[in-house]
Amino acid sequence: MKIRPITFLPVIILLGIGIAFAFGLRNDPSKIESTLINKPMPDFVLERVLDDQPALTPADLLGQVSLVNVFGSWCAACVQEHPMLMRLANHEGVAIYGIDSRDTAEAGAAWLEKYGNPYRKVGLDAQSRLAIDLGVTGAPETFLIDKQGRIRFKVIGPITEQIWKQQLKPMMDLLEAES
Amino acid sequence: MTAEIGNFTLILAFLLAIVQSLAPMIGAKQSNMRLMLLADYTAIGQLIFVGISFFALTVTFIYSDFSVELVVLNSHSLKPLLYKISGVWGNHEGSILLWVLILCLYGAAVPMFGQALPVRLKALSLGVQGMIATGFLGFILFTSNPFARLAIPPADGSGLNPLLQDPGLAFHPPFLYLGYVGFSMAFSFSVAALIDGKIDALWARWLRPWVLSAWAFLTIGISLGSLWAYYELGWGGWWFWDPVENASLLPWLAGTALLHCTLVVERRHALVNWTILLGILTFSLSLIGTFLVRSGVLTSVHAFATDPERGIYILLMLLLASGGALTLYALRSSSLRIGNGFDLLSKEAGLTVNNILLVCATAVVFLGTFYPLLIDLLGDDKITVGPPYFNLYFGVIFGILIIFMGVGPLLKWRVDNWKNLSRPISFLIGGSLLIILGFLLFGKSALGGIGLALAFWLFAGTLFGFGRKIRLGSQSLSDSWRLVKRMPAGTYGFLLAHIGVAITVVGVTTMGVWSQETILMMRANQQATLGGYSIELTDVREKNGANYSAETALFSLSKQGKILGTVSSERRYYPVRGMQTTEAGIYVRPTHNLYLAIGEGDKSKGWAVRIYFHPFVSWIWIGSLFMAFGGFIALADRRLRLPKLETKSIFETTIKIAGSAK
Repeated sequence: MKIRPITFLPVIILLGIGIAFAFGLRNDPSKIESTLINKPMPDFVLERVLDDQPALTPADLLGQVSLVNVFGSWCAACVQEHPMLMRLANHEGVAIYGIDSRDTAEAGAAWLEKYGNPYRKVGLDAQSRLAIDLGVTGAPETFLIDKQGRIRFKVIGPITEQIWKQQLKPMMDLLEAES
Repeated sequence: MTAEIGNFTLILAFLLAIVQSLAPMIGAKQSNMRLMLLADYTAIGQLIFVGISFFALTVTFIYSDFSVELVVLNSHSLKPLLYKISGVWGNHEGSILLWVLILCLYGAAVPMFGQALPVRLKALSLGVQGMIATGFLGFILFTSNPFARLAIPPADGSGLNPLLQDPGLAFHPPFLYLGYVGFSMAFSFSVAALIDGKIDALWARWLRPWVLSAWAFLTIGISLGSLWAYYELGWGGWWFWDPVENASLLPWLAGTALLHCTLVVERRHALVNWTILLGILTFSLSLIGTFLVRSGVLTSVHAFATDPERGIYILLMLLLASGGALTLYALRSSSLRIGNGFDLLSKEAGLTVNNILLVCATAVVFLGTFYPLLIDLLGDDKITVGPPYFNLYFGVIFGILIIFMGVGPLLKWRVDNWKNLSRPISFLIGGSLLIILGFLLFGKSALGGIGLALAFWLFAGTLFGFGRKIRLGSQSLSDSWRLVKRMPAGTYGFLLAHIGVAITVVGVTTMGVWSQETILMMRANQQATLGGYSIELTDVREKNGANYSAETALFSLSKQGKILGTVSSERRYYPVRGMQTTEAGIYVRPTHNLYLAIGEGDKSKGWAVRIYFHPFVSWIWIGSLFMAFGGFIALADRRLRLPKLETKSIFETTIKIAGSAK
């Protein structure tokens, strides 16, 4: 019986995919890429999303501990995360800023109107330039920014009650105490 | 107590699954009839035990047993019954249990409907089915036990996201899983054929109805998901190329290819190797899809990492199942008898092209979905993949596919000649060019023209194909009519499904090219116009629901002075979760929808109102319903029935097997 080498191709491809998945697993999503941690937010210029509010600028992120949340009107998981953000903004007094990624201003505004707006300011990142600079690979993703505007932590995927209580809140309290 | 019963039967099912993965394999090796037949009983036993377990979990949800952790996390005593039940599979643990229940359903169908199958083939497939079940039952028991108890039960559950309380979303997962898991049949019979070293028409005839039903269920599941996205998530969007959506599309695309391949194997005994490979691939994609969605949060590839333990288990299972099957394929596929040849111009060749295109489409979606992961690995290449990528590449491939779909059914098996085709094809080309030209001149959209021309091409080509089958024109009308009545169900399945695709293409195209929207501030009794409609905001009322307060806006619609009715749109505020939702008002017509949503505002300055005109958008889902119906109707095809088995032949097979062992 002759075995044709070509028939091994599918299993080799599968192994490749398996290796990729394994690396994906090994990546701890709660850890930001070391290149960005403690670095200042990359500089950015964003367009406005809401008609009655100027776009988010780098200066907005200085002088306070804040969260920068990357979202999009196309993102189902963002809807899932949204009540959490609303609660943090309205009841816990957290400063949250939004980056509307890979979206249009109309769709983003409509989305915020529909579900409510937890963001102090929002900016449109239509070509996902900033998202790329930030190493964002999907939405939602949330960055914890300290008073000097440096990135200190990153959450990939929706912020859950657990992530908030066990990770974000304690860290924010610590950063709040920094001068 | 109920939870303990559920847990116990789950363990019993796990043990049975282990027996089932070993006994028939050993039986087949030693030609031991008893061991091989044992699998029939374990398959049915597994269904019973997993069924009891699933029922027990449902009971704990219905009675809100808050000593069970899963119920606490995902339910609430005040939740409506429907959502208490759908809450069972609205979470990771429960959904995997549903997955396994459906797997056992398909597994038990083998002894129940497949008594005419060769004993060895049946035993080997059940063995493979048993291995999959072992993997998943183990996954539930060791990493995601739905019956875990809490030491201190709380007074009530932790509520739930109101967005997820929706009938569309409640029934979406069961259909999706009936589809996903149905392809396990193709997988296990492909692997069994590889072990056995032979494949015949009976194999394809048995497999085809299972592939058909899995495909039809998956079609329904995907459409439900997309419909939900339209009225709940999307502002006119109905497909977002979200990883979760792509995960369901991948096995659908591969399954569509498989569906057409089994046809070739059954009728012509060609493309045998390829069909087996597709059988393995389709289910592997189902597995990948299940993992993507069900490893905790449903975000992106990162979903894997949310629980490393589960992720690793899942990955190992995927590598063992698919890797094992593909290795077997590499080693054994060349030993299968090579099928019959065919001409370059034949139905087989047409279906081969269909397969190549569908596999390309699968690859495009797969690459796009996993690109972020790939980027992660390769370093910091700065390209992201979004809807534009998918729309372009998927659109082009699907366009070419439709061109072949229009003419493929006209072709004859084995060999055809151009003369037969020239007349219908010139008609199709002429008609399509006219449509493109017409829309360029009057609709001012080349893209719209091309899309509609493709829909016409497919629709007319399908009718030509049907006409050719009933010999319309080449014999008297009454003879053709007699043929219409005698046509096998499979032909009608083809007719419906292909016309369904044409209908969906119309919806997708017009929606993409000609939808309109407007946003304005409206006070009471103010009017707006869009798409020929006059929309008047008649009233905004305050309302208090059970757990929310709301503003309800009433709109009165009229066209040329004639009042057509009222539509209401609601803005709800849920204080407990600090969450706001909008219930859009949708005025549904056969050729278009009017989509109204009220935003922020008050009496003095008015309310922000969004009005969308969505032409032919319902056709997207009507078309997919046609496809699914086509699949189910084709199931009735008599040619797919296995030959009736008489008791005598069991003995004959037994003797044969016993004889061959010596």
